[in-house]
Amino acid sequence: MIIKRNAADMAAALANGETTSVALTQAHLDRIAEVDKDVHAFLYVDTEGALAQAALADQKRAAGKKLSPLAGIPLALKDVMVQKGIPTTCGSKMLEGWRPPYDSTVVSKLRAADVVILGKTNMDEFAMGSSTENSAYGPTHNPWDLSRIPGGSGGGSSASLAAFEAPLAIGTDTGGSIRQPAAVTGTVGVKPTYGGVSRYGLVAFSSSLDQAGPCGRTVLDTALLHETIAGHDPKDSTSINATVPAIVIAAKNGNVKGLKIGVIKELQGEGYQAGVLNRFNESLELLAGLGAEIIEVSCSYFEYALAAYYLIAPSECSSNLARFDAMRYGIRVGDKSGVSAEEVMNLTREVGFGREVKRRIILGTYALSSGYYDAYYGSAQKVRTLIKQDFDNAFTKTDVLVSPTAPTTAFKIGEKADDPIAMYLNDIATIPVNMAGICGMSLPSGLADEDNLPAGFQIMAPAMKDDRLYNVGAALESALLSKWGAPILSHVSGLGARA
Amino acid sequence: MSLKYEDVIAKYEPVLGLEVHVELGTASKMFCGCNTIFGAEPNTQTCPVCLGLPGALPVVNEKAIEYTIMIGLALNCSIAPFSRFARKNYFYPDMPKNFQTSQYDEPICVNGFLDVEIDSNEGIKKFRVEVERVHMEEDTGKSLHVGGATGRIHGADYSLLDYNRAGIPLVEIVTKIVPGTGKYAPEVARAYVAELRDILRSLNVSDVKMEQGSLRCDANVSLRLIGSDVLGTRSETKNVNSLRSVERAVRGEMIRHAELLNKGERVVQETRHFQEDTGLTRSGRSKEQAEDYRYFPEPDLVPIVPDATWIETMRAALPEKPSIHRKRLQEAWAVPDKEMASMINADVLEIVEATVILGADPTKARGWWLGEIARIANEKEVAATDLPITPKDVAEIVALVATGDLTDKLARQVIEAVIAGEGRPSEVIEKRGIKVVSDDGALMAAIKKAISTQPDVAEKVRGGNVPAAGALIGAVMKETKGQADAAKVRELLLKHLGQ
Amino acid sequence: MAGISRDDVANLARLARIDMTPAELDHLASELGVILNAVARVQEVAGQNVPPTSHPLPLQNVYRKDEVVPSLTPEAALSAAPASEAQRFKVPKILGEEA
Ligand SMILES: [Zn+2]
Repeated sequence: MIIKRNAADMAAALANGETTSVALTQAHLDRIAEVDKDVHAFLYVDTEGALAQAALADQKRAAGKKLSPLAGIPLALKDVMVQKGIPTTCGSKMLEGWRPPYDSTVVSKLRAADVVILGKTNMDEFAMGSSTENSAYGPTHNPWDLSRIPGGSGGGSSASLAAFEAPLAIGTDTGGSIRQPAAVTGTVGVKPTYGGVSRYGLVAFSSSLDQAGPCGRTVLDTALLHETIAGHDPKDSTSINATVPAIVIAAKNGNVKGLKIGVIKELQGEGYQAGVLNRFNESLELLAGLGAEIIEVSCSYFEYALAAYYLIAPSECSSNLARFDAMRYGIRVGDKSGVSAEEVMNLTREVGFGREVKRRIILGTYALSSGYYDAYYGSAQKVRTLIKQDFDNAFTKTDVLVSPTAPTTAFKIGEKADDPIAMYLNDIATIPVNMAGICGMSLPSGLADEDNLPAGFQIMAPAMKDDRLYNVGAALESALLSKWGAPILSHVSGLGARA
Repeated sequence: MSLKYEDVIAKYEPVLGLEVHVELGTASKMFCGCNTIFGAEPNTQTCPVCLGLPGALPVVNEKAIEYTIMIGLALNCSIAPFSRFARKNYFYPDMPKNFQTSQYDEPICVNGFLDVEIDSNEGIKKFRVEVERVHMEEDTGKSLHVGGATGRIHGADYSLLDYNRAGIPLVEIVTKIVPGTGKYAPEVARAYVAELRDILRSLNVSDVKMEQGSLRCDANVSLRLIGSDVLGTRSETKNVNSLRSVERAVRGEMIRHAELLNKGERVVQETRHFQEDTGLTRSGRSKEQAEDYRYFPEPDLVPIVPDATWIETMRAALPEKPSIHRKRLQEAWAVPDKEMASMINADVLEIVEATVILGADPTKARGWWLGEIARIANEKEVAATDLPITPKDVAEIVALVATGDLTDKLARQVIEAVIAGEGRPSEVIEKRGIKVVSDDGALMAAIKKAISTQPDVAEKVRGGNVPAAGALIGAVMKETKGQADAAKVRELLLKHLGQ
Repeated sequence: MAGISRDDVANLARLARIDMTPAELDHLASELGVILNAVARVQEVAGQNVPPTSHPLPLQNVYRKDEVVPSLTPEAALSAAPASEAQRFKVPKILGEEA
């Protein structure tokens, strides 16, 4: 079954004429038609557009044109990323029916590389959440167990990979929205260095934390996608104007001999599921066995990261989401004779935003308001400095840092819906990376003993050293695969006989 | 019955504060590449960035930074070694993002001053207006209010929005409070705005057209009892769209404040709108609760750290200050202070200079612009400089008068015709058949006819009463339809009558 | 202790332009109280001598040249408008001050 292969293998099959992009794309569309009513990874499937893109890729290949490594490979796009003419909702009722008149830079780069965009994936509304339960269009289900969450906010993207609906996906990561879903679905996800991938056309949640990134089923697939979307963009003032590190080469090397790997003391122990910690420690032993030096480091300010994050992200979101006001695009509620623009804005924003979004907008409005700015937003920015310093110190002694990606495996849908603080704790290990603007990867470390659900191993590297993630990730992945004998996703059980 | 101005200043000391907004004359907008042409068809100069579409990001126009620094330098400001943009958050339908990208506590230019002169009964008086800050921001869109009686916002049924202006670079120049102007406050306010406008024009950074809104003034006025150092409550008058209005608005507010204070009432701190027709201000809709702009550093833009060499290059290239330039012109043209002041007041100095550069005698050029042309402008209620007559036209007319090809009277006809759109002066002369009657024979025939119809007057002249000749000269001019040179007629007439 | 009253929430909802029912205001007031208590601990370490970080990377002076690039067509600009008229976005009557 071709859909179960890795993207790199699919690319080889396209290159040697074993299959065509149209056939490959159709196989994925069929798979989506078969399983997505259960998984609900997709909000929109662009059947016609995808097949047209696939046909174009096949044509170019037939004409002997030089093609990118991922030409003709299908991909799932998180619905927070703007694609011209294709409905983009960000999982919100607010943007129901909106078809943007422009392409995001990531989409432009995917088009230029002849990657086939299958459709838009489900997510927590405006990327706010850790379970994809906050989508206005209903939750996504974890292919490992349909009664469980696929992580969030990019649960749709990761679930589509685990369900073999797409071999590659684009996610965005503001506090862990690529890595945590990767962890709980047994897939790979990378939050690139802030500024490494353009944010132009990524509907902003928290501008200073948001970063688009690649999701795949293997480290190499993820690297191939990362290299396709990375690079300087003059349309994004915060885009780094420097050469992209040699990511794919690193993913092919995977050599940790002599590397110093720091284990962050504060990101384990209390609150972490035993089975998750067991897999984490086994992975460390494997890395040590491959010649890496394992060091324990302390990042004492990380315990304040979650608090600072839940001030900075809501503050920025309260401003970023102000534009959704029913005047120029999106839904409009209550527009009838005698009702003012102000009232229509109030009504539309009441109806158009879900609970979590409103909660964060109000929290952010409070944190920025006069008299509270210094105590909340200002203090959070100072904590950000301290977290950066913690990382800087740790990286003087190490090449990469590691931790479990998420404290637990996938929980049941609805289990934490009424407890925002419990929900926020899912991102405790991923948030520091966003606060410091550095890069991080999650890859599967195995199945937790308690529940046989995937656990994630997080690797963190300094800004613009994204290649280190892939080097370490590839080494660990290969060691784990030898141990397991088969890829972790061969155990996906939630889809029953269909898988 | 309103209070007399003299009574206001006998009791109170006015304190001024002026905020001037200037639209920069860049080719593209502040944060996107859209055109900035005034009067373009609605919504033809918009893009995802200036429409605030989800996902769009701003990139700063370098020219706007350059222009702003030039303005700061010309106003004797310090240029901040580090400055930033900030978001000013408030909802308004003409503002696509519902925040204005502006500068807050880190403006680009600070602490400058501008010296202004006013022409008073006590001679020329000088005042120094201190500039607190010059900062960058973006303009808003324009709304058209439909329905209701007045086309104004109140009573409208709905509004139509055009975002062509949204995102045009705007510089805000804020003065410190200006005390000590006494009764001259209205004139100082006007002189400041006029001087500022001249400087901006000389820098070529804006077209500074108050009537088109590319230069807009908000006047803050408060009163305090003479001798007191307690500042009064200020009002902020917006919508002041001409130099004359600046003066009227300040005077009007001083009187309004004094009336309130004399009655023992309080001045309300509020925004008021200047009414061109009445010269009075009207209260803006008072907000039931205070706005809280929740400023925070714009995360989508990076700090501005201007290179010192760049600043010095700009400083060295600054044009001559308008005040110095004026002194130089005054000396070169040998114009008395009063005359100079009336040219400045009438705002024709620049156009007179242009006329002189084209070869016209300064006195003559000044005479036409301040005389006939100013009269017509007054009649039409427009600025002399906005009439369809150019310095080239006037220079041509001056030359024709100098060579005797036109009389002053004929020149006036030509000017009227040029302004009426009949063509350039030569075309008007040609079409209308205007020429000076210089044929002695034709003139003598007319002289003899005049003498024969007014023999008694002719007798008086013969008897030595030379001034009586005026009546005869008038008759000759009438007979020749004004095309004769009056001086020549006089010469021939007196000679004929033996004088 | 960071306390937040129902009136505080009502004022924030007004600033954020979100209508809220009395029940929502009550619910949010209690929730925000809990969240603010949890996040207020940032103040424990935010000393005077710690500089704030508003941007993760030390970039500066990022500009574009003053060059005009094609705009959207007015049709594209207005394509998602809930209502339009005379090539303009049509919106309900505006209550605020005249600009
Ligand atoms: Zn634009």
